[in-house]
Amino acid sequence: MNHFAMPRLSLRFFPIWRRHWLVWKKIAAPSILGHLADPVIYMLGLGYGLGSLLPEMGGMSYMAFLAAGTVCYSTMNSASFEALYSGFARMHEQRTWEAILNTPVSLDDVVLSEILWAATKSLMSGAAVLAVIWILGLSNSLMSLWMIPLALLIGLAFAAIGLIMTALAPAYDFFMYYFTLVITPMMLLCGVFFPVTQLPEGFQIVAGALPLTHAVDLARPLMNGTVPPQALLHIGVLLAYALTAFYVSLVLFRRRLSR
Amino acid sequence: MNAVIKATGLQKSYGGNRVVDGLDLAIRKGECFGLLGPNGAGKTTTLRMLLGLIAPDAGTATLLDLPVPQAAREARIKVGVVPQMDNLDPDFTVAENLLVYGRYFGMHDSEIEARIPSLLEFASLSHKRDAKVPTLSGGMKRRLTLARALVNDPDVIFLDEPTTGLDPQARHIIWQRLRELTQQGKTLLLTTHFMDEAERLCHRLAVMDNGKLISQGTPRELIESNIEPQVVEVFGETSGEWAGRYAASYAQRFEVSGESVFCYVQDAQPLVAHLQAQSELRYLHRPANLEDVFLKLTGREMRE
Repeated sequence: MNHFAMPRLSLRFFPIWRRHWLVWKKIAAPSILGHLADPVIYMLGLGYGLGSLLPEMGGMSYMAFLAAGTVCYSTMNSASFEALYSGFARMHEQRTWEAILNTPVSLDDVVLSEILWAATKSLMSGAAVLAVIWILGLSNSLMSLWMIPLALLIGLAFAAIGLIMTALAPAYDFFMYYFTLVITPMMLLCGVFFPVTQLPEGFQIVAGALPLTHAVDLARPLMNGTVPPQALLHIGVLLAYALTAFYVSLVLFRRRLSR
Repeated sequence: MNAVIKATGLQKSYGGNRVVDGLDLAIRKGECFGLLGPNGAGKTTTLRMLLGLIAPDAGTATLLDLPVPQAAREARIKVGVVPQMDNLDPDFTVAENLLVYGRYFGMHDSEIEARIPSLLEFASLSHKRDAKVPTLSGGMKRRLTLARALVNDPDVIFLDEPTTGLDPQARHIIWQRLRELTQQGKTLLLTTHFMDEAERLCHRLAVMDNGKLISQGTPRELIESNIEPQVVEVFGETSGEWAGRYAASYAQRFEVSGESVFCYVQDAQPLVAHLQAQSELRYLHRPANLEDVFLKLTGREMRE
């Protein structure tokens, strides 16, 4: 079996996705609360605390500025946690993948289901944060509905990148590196809390290559009711991250599970 | 071709270590075939190749007349698998485990729901239908795993050490269920290192060691062709000394293991008569069994 073969995708991922959904339904209430509490507390704490010191940021109130970034990073986090911790549990700890792979389903279907499921979690957490934003009146443009498909796209990209880590991980501890060296820097460099243009030029170049920057560049105008400049470029970058990382993770999983 | 599972010259290496080394197998429809071997003999790797989960380095295999791994996915539509380690879904109830698993075979919910009562009855789990998996005993989990392997009404069932870690009661229930399955005409391929299990269940057996099949046949054939029919085990502090002086003159073959001497003989009478006069030694006279064959073929050293 050629590890580098192109992914063979089929609808057989769907029963696996339904499995994850059924598990989630059982813990839906604490899960939603968990996904909401952290980003909303950050947004309100920083928004009121710092916001009272800042007259405005990027042409809007600091709270409204934060709102767009909050949707993006909470979406990134939920896909990452799902792809890393929960994905590793299903692959390694609980041997769920092993059980599924004994049926007429291929590894390609299993990996696709993981990505789509993690993206589903992103969609749900993005929608939940968005609802809070609406309730607080921080965005009142119908354009902000575009945040929902955007949450899915951000989810796909970060799920696929996260699965590369899962494919390489010897144990859960390994994921700490990813969160401290990749996810946290992205939160701070990609325009969630302040505009990327405030950073020194070198950092700006790095930020320009990171997927979360492109997510934020799409999200902030949408929340504000305007069409994002260079929207196709940003969508293209996120899609490229999603597709490339999906392929790389699949190759790594094929290699890992052939042993 | 009436072999349901067929392998020719199957070979697999991991990091220069040949785990399966030129394996030929033909398993007929409706038989229960046992693959015996010490830990690390290559049994699980063989099963994984026959299921098409990993590709052999050399050789070919077919499962239900389909080439694996090329058409493994299609072949597995009519295959059930009981893995060595439990991989039930801990978040689900007993019935949910069956429902969710059936969906992987492309079955409709109504079709699976219709099968669940009889599967639960077969597994003696009807009263546990809505129990969560972590609340089940080891034996119940195994039975649920067996029921799950039957959700798609398979023609062939792979079982990797199906009773390892179970208490005697739980093992007997599993054996009884596996016999029922062979009576229904299903083909079973199981690995085990319990010789009593193999002797009771399997129509034919193959002994595997270091990746090779070293003997195969019915349990009786294996015993007859590999070993003397009678065994006398001699125990006692002086058994080693006794073996040095007398064993060779009474037994065709003998082995010393700690304070026990295993004497393999065609006719046990002269040896038994001699041992009756040795007051410091105890002995046990019994017919040769599969365990004797297994130990002769694979040696007595520990495999770790």
